[in-house]
Amino acid sequence: MNMIRARQLVYDYEKRDEEGNYAGVTRAIDQVDLDVKPGQFVAVLGHNGSGKSTLAKHMNAILVPTGGTIWVAGRDTRDSEEIFPVRRTAGMVFQNPDNQIIGTVVEEDVGFGPENLGVPTDEIWTRVEESLKTVGMLEYRSHSPNKLSGGQKQRVAIAGVIAMEPQCIVLDEPTAMLDPNGRKEVIRTLHELRKKKQVTVILITHYMEEVIDADRIFVMDSGRVVMQGTPKEIFSRVDELKHYRLDVPQVTMLAEELRKRGLDLPKGILHREELVDAICQLK
Amino acid sequence: MIRDMTIGQYYPAESIMHRLDPRVKIVCTLLFLISLFMQNSILGYMIAAVFLTAVIKISKVPFRYIVKGLKAVVVLLLFTVVMNLLLTQGENVLFQFGFLRITENGLRVSVFMAIRLIFLIIGSSLMTFTTTPNALTDGIESLLRPLNKIGVPVYEVAMMMSIALRFIPILLEETDKIMKAQIARGADLGSGNIIQKAKSMIPILVPLFVSAFRRANDLAMAMEARCYQGGEGRTKMKPLIYRHRDYAAYVVTAIYFAAVFVIGRYVPFKLWIF
Repeated sequence: MNMIRARQLVYDYEKRDEEGNYAGVTRAIDQVDLDVKPGQFVAVLGHNGSGKSTLAKHMNAILVPTGGTIWVAGRDTRDSEEIFPVRRTAGMVFQNPDNQIIGTVVEEDVGFGPENLGVPTDEIWTRVEESLKTVGMLEYRSHSPNKLSGGQKQRVAIAGVIAMEPQCIVLDEPTAMLDPNGRKEVIRTLHELRKKKQVTVILITHYMEEVIDADRIFVMDSGRVVMQGTPKEIFSRVDELKHYRLDVPQVTMLAEELRKRGLDLPKGILHREELVDAICQLK
Repeated sequence: MIRDMTIGQYYPAESIMHRLDPRVKIVCTLLFLISLFMQNSILGYMIAAVFLTAVIKISKVPFRYIVKGLKAVVVLLLFTVVMNLLLTQGENVLFQFGFLRITENGLRVSVFMAIRLIFLIIGSSLMTFTTTPNALTDGIESLLRPLNKIGVPVYEVAMMMSIALRFIPILLEETDKIMKAQIARGADLGSGNIIQKAKSMIPILVPLFVSAFRRANDLAMAMEARCYQGGEGRTKMKPLIYRHRDYAAYVVTAIYFAAVFVIGRYVPFKLWIF
């Protein structure tokens, strides 16, 4: 069974004029088909307004499709009985670290989700400890979230989701408001998390460097999925990506430019070592 | 000005007072406040002073820190004392100057009022010094739970309080940022008369409100995403459990209360006019 499965997914935002009258619709998601297998690390790329955040909100039943269907671990999100099971299955981390931390102490925030699920007190404590350890924030457990850096706050938010023991974590641009160090911290945490807990990770982002280690990439543009494949497949189509106003990772860019100048390099180089090897093998 | 206020702040320390159950502290503080107002004898206030001193000693909050909290209310205190002193009617006039007249009764009432107010402020700030805002919220929620039966959403109110507490530093920081941004655009914030000053707050308040609403919206979504559905069926990570020391604190306070009540009301003891 697929973790996430979407067929013909459509979502319309209602537009209203200044008096609040109905003034047509904006289609944010347009006929999207999507499959995510359990345990995969999937990235969704797209520039601003491509519909990627709207798509993410469908995976947690925060938004319900206007048309088509999305199943989360086999559950139809349109069924109002299924909303809380869906949210238990697919946890969500948002963009702004300050606006998603509820507790005044780190450990209390991590305990918020399990409290909502009605987990017994003793188990809440073990879960909190376990999830803070997973994201490497155990030593900050009694700190106030206000005193943490952006990257640390996002790791706390991730711990808050893990404590609910979801099968899948959806992250909606978790690094957009962080500095480069914070970004690295968060992405490293995500990869470790997948290794340790075998959860499915769905990362919504517009930073190319973050997705080169993903299993599968979906590229979105004006509400549609326009490209999908492994990072190698996607980033070997440099011109197409440019058309969708997306960059490629710096290394890929360099290799591509060198190839254009006549060097015999393979397409879709993603890592620095890969490029070094390829150049060394040139005659 | 706001920074100097120590009332309502938490003073971290390791003491029995800090470890007491927040419910105990709330109830005992209330009892202490009631004890100040239900009797009118210098002996009663002496007992209250001894009790208060003992509690301050146990709490390990420095006395100077507590007195600093009184500074903020000095004006109110002086106003109350002067008004009581001059306006209370009585027979034995101690001092007369024109239409101003200080009576024995006035002196008595104003001195007692000053003692009451000072003890009241010290007593209640002692509670907030030794209790984290979160624990306080938990305590209030737990004490008010019976009101749930008549339809008061106690749980939700407590949740709102703790979220408000969490966002105070964030909004302060944001206010600072907006002020700097407006000053950078040439806004004049500090000069002019009161009305001009008030008007110059508008370019700060409007963006602050907009951002607060945006944050509220985000936070609500994040809470829903984490399966929040109100107080029903929720378990507690840190449930409140009474321990021996909590019962002991109740007993001590009850004894104090009874002592003040009986001695303050029925033991005839006078120090000059008091």
